Order: sequence, then structure tokens, then C-alpha cells
Amino acid sequence: MNTPALTDLATVACLFFIFLTPLAAAGLALINTGLGRSHSAAHIMMASLSALSVAGLVYFAFGFGWEGFSGGTFHALTLSGKQWNWIAAEPFFFRKLASDGSPAYLSALLQVFCVGLAAMIPLGSGADRWRLRASGISTALLAGWTYPLFAHWVWGGGWLAQLGANYGLGRGFLDVGGAGTIHVLGGLTALSITWILGPRRGKYSADGMAPAIPGHNAVLILFGCLLALLGWLGLNCAGAILFAGGEPSGSELIAMNTVLAGAAAALTAAFITNVRFGKPDASLTANGWVAGLVASSASCAFVVPAEAVVIGSIAGAVVTFCIEWLELKLEVDDPGGAVSVHAIGGLWGLLAAGLFARFPGTAMNAVGHSAIGTESAPGQWLAQVIGVATLLGFVLPLTYGLNWLLNRIYPYRVSVEGERQGLDLHELGAGAYPEIITHTEDFLPR
Amino acid sequence: MRFVGFLLMVSGWLLVLAAVVLLGSAGARGAFVFAGVAVEALGLILVFRSHLIPREEKR
Repeated sequence: MNTPALTDLATVACLFFIFLTPLAAAGLALINTGLGRSHSAAHIMMASLSALSVAGLVYFAFGFGWEGFSGGTFHALTLSGKQWNWIAAEPFFFRKLASDGSPAYLSALLQVFCVGLAAMIPLGSGADRWRLRASGISTALLAGWTYPLFAHWVWGGGWLAQLGANYGLGRGFLDVGGAGTIHVLGGLTALSITWILGPRRGKYSADGMAPAIPGHNAVLILFGCLLALLGWLGLNCAGAILFAGGEPSGSELIAMNTVLAGAAAALTAAFITNVRFGKPDASLTANGWVAGLVASSASCAFVVPAEAVVIGSIAGAVVTFCIEWLELKLEVDDPGGAVSVHAIGGLWGLLAAGLFARFPGTAMNAVGHSAIGTESAPGQWLAQVIGVATLLGFVLPLTYGLNWLLNRIYPYRVSVEGERQGLDLHELGAGAYPEIITHTEDFLPR
Repeated sequence: MRFVGFLLMVSGWLLVLAAVVLLGSAGARGAFVFAGVAVEALGLILVFRSHLIPREEKR
């Protein structure tokens, strides 16, 4: 079960795609900033940069040791005669990882960006009330333990990837570009953070009203969407080469599917909001766009463009209603829409992979790396459901529990005064827009 | 209610794992996996309900 070497062309293509990936993080940072209030804009950008830095360093120190790569060393349990690979046993600090262009090294490089992207997702949910240091500590937890553990199960040859080889469930759990590993994990962490922090002051009033607190800059949001597309193209194409045995020539289909899914999702969201509110809503359309990209990530290498359009359209429609439902019915105050976009969009993408994915002769998953010659994959849908069940039944309680514990030790929420003042002034000492005068009557206690 | 909700979610996941390990036939395995997911959904509903904000705390 050794990882085969990549051709020179595949290595160069993979490096190019990996270098595009940080644009997804840049796009997400702009989207989160635009969806937040103006008096916390610099804080969110600063938190995004901090999350990328902390996540990268912690992943380098510990994360890769737990995640490893397919074909690396690991710890396994034997259950009913089957080997369950549950965690990697690689040395910390990238020791024994040679920078030789091997799939293992390229995988580590991609993961440094992926873990940063996952860590940035909860920042949109905690906007306007999550302390900078607390978000850094939470990021370290995600990058050092939660993310590597689940990523090992999916991309490192772990038990979810083994479901095909061990139990005949299709090709095992399939997640080409990180719909589950990055986005659902980040989205569920975002849900935990919103629960732990509670809503922003003034969001839910005693008379049962939940006034909208609109984002402060639609231009940032929409420009972030365009940047995110470039990042997603890199992420999905690099993931296909490294984790699904894809050839560089297959990147054209992946790029097509990624763009079409995002476009279909954005148009669906725009259409729905136009029908409901009389005009298309920019922030919901942007959220639909990102949800389409997220949903495309799971199966982008294994569906045809028409199916990508269906996957994207459903993602865009679901997110439009989900955001409202979470905000008004379930009282989840999520300014960035991270729970709906990343968690719900990603879960739909994973299930859609079970419904639509078909496999060409060269398809592989993280286990085995031998060519699989048939198109049919009986049981693939069940493998996807098991992966979804793992995210909901294991990852969510784990990330909630760890963050709940950290919040007891180091409180996550900023003081009432800090929230009124805005996190830019309170935590950074300077605002993003110093020429804007804050109207303090908006923040008087009720 | 919150603790029970999370406990149900973990229990549902363990049910899914048990179905994968112990059951051989595709039908039984699929049925028990969905039963596990249903238990998780029940737990998720409880956790969501436990996080609804009491009226007196809304501000």
C-alpha cells in the first residue's frame, strides 16, 4: 500500500493548483469581513490572518503527525478480522518528510492551507463577539487534533477510506476536495462556537423579534466570492490528483464542474430571493455561490457537468432557506452564514457524491492505489452516509466539548463594553474605517 | 437536555459503527446505519432546543 510517485507533469500541475488554494482563504476572509459590522472589520481580517498562521504552525508541529498520508505509518485496531486504521504514527515537526516532490510532501503542503481554511470558517460565526486570543486557541485545537484526526480517516488511508476495501462499500468514503474534511468540520465548529458564544447583543429581543443586522460591505462579499472560485479550482484539482488518483488532464472536468456548481447555486439563490423579496439579495446570493463551491468539492472529479449543475442548484436553494431557518427558528446567530454554507452545503455535497458519482477506470481512493476498472460502485451511498454520521455523531460532540472546556478556562466572549465599542477599537486599538463615527445609540442596553 | 442530546449523537454514531462491523448483509447494514443516523438526528434536535434563548435572557 505504498503511495505511487507522481509523473513530472502531475507534480508541476499539483504544485500550481496548491498555490491557488490560499485564494480560497483570502476570499473567505473578505466574505466574513463584509458580512460583519464595520466596527469589527479589521478584527475579522486580523483573526483570519492569525487563524492561518496558528493553524499552519500547529499543523506543522503536531497535526501532520496525527494525519499522516496514505501509505505512511499508522496505528490500527482489528475488529472482526478487519484492520481499522484510526490514526497516523508519523513523527511531529515534519521529521522524516523529505521535500522531494513526493505525494506525501505535496499532501502536507496542501494540508497546511486546508487546515487554515477550515480554521477560518468559524470566524464568520463568531464575528463581533469572539475574542482574538480565544479564536487563536480554538484554532490551535482544530489544527492540532480535530482536523488531523478526521482528515486521516478520509485522506490518510483511515477507516472511512477503507470502507470500500474492508466492507465492499463502493470506493470507501469519497471526498475529493474537502467538502467534509474542511467545510463540514469547519461548519460544525462554527455551530459549536455560535452556541458557546451566544447571539450578538440586540439580535433577539424579548418581544420575539430578530432584527436583521446586515453586513457592512457588499463589495467585499462579492469580490471575496470571485477570489474564492480561484482557490476552489486549485483545491479541487489538487485534491483529485493527491487523494483520488486523478490525472492532470482530468482537471478540465473538475474546473468545469466547480464553476458550474457555484454558478448554478448563486443563480438559484438569486432567483429564490428575487421571488421572495422582490429583489435578489447580494449576501444570500454570495452565500449560495460559496455553498455551491462547497457542495462541488466532494464529487467534482466523478460527476458530469449536468450533475454538477443539479448539485449546485440544490445547494443554493437549501442554503437560502437554511440561513433564515437557523436565524429565526433555531436562534443561531451566525453573521457569516458559516453553518448553512459550509456545514449544510458540505453535507449535501457528500450525500450527492453517493448519489451521482461514477468512477472511471483510473479512479482510486486513499486506500489501495490500484486501478479500479468498473464504473459501478455499489454501496457508495452507504459509505457517504457513514461519513456524514461520523461528522454529526463524532466530530460535532468532540469539537463542541473541546471548545466548551476551553471557554470555561479562557472565556471566549468579549465584554459587554467591548461589544458595544466594536472589536476593532476594543481589541486592536484602531478601527478599519477611522473616518466613520460610530452611532453609539445603536448599542445602548435594552 | 444538552448533555442527553450529545450523548444520543455519540450513541447514534456507535450504532452506525456497530452496524458496519457486525452486520454482513447489505439490507440489514443499511437499515441499522439509518437507525443510527435517526438517533443522531434526535440528539441534534435536543441540542438545538437546549440552545434556544430563554425569553428573560433576550436583550
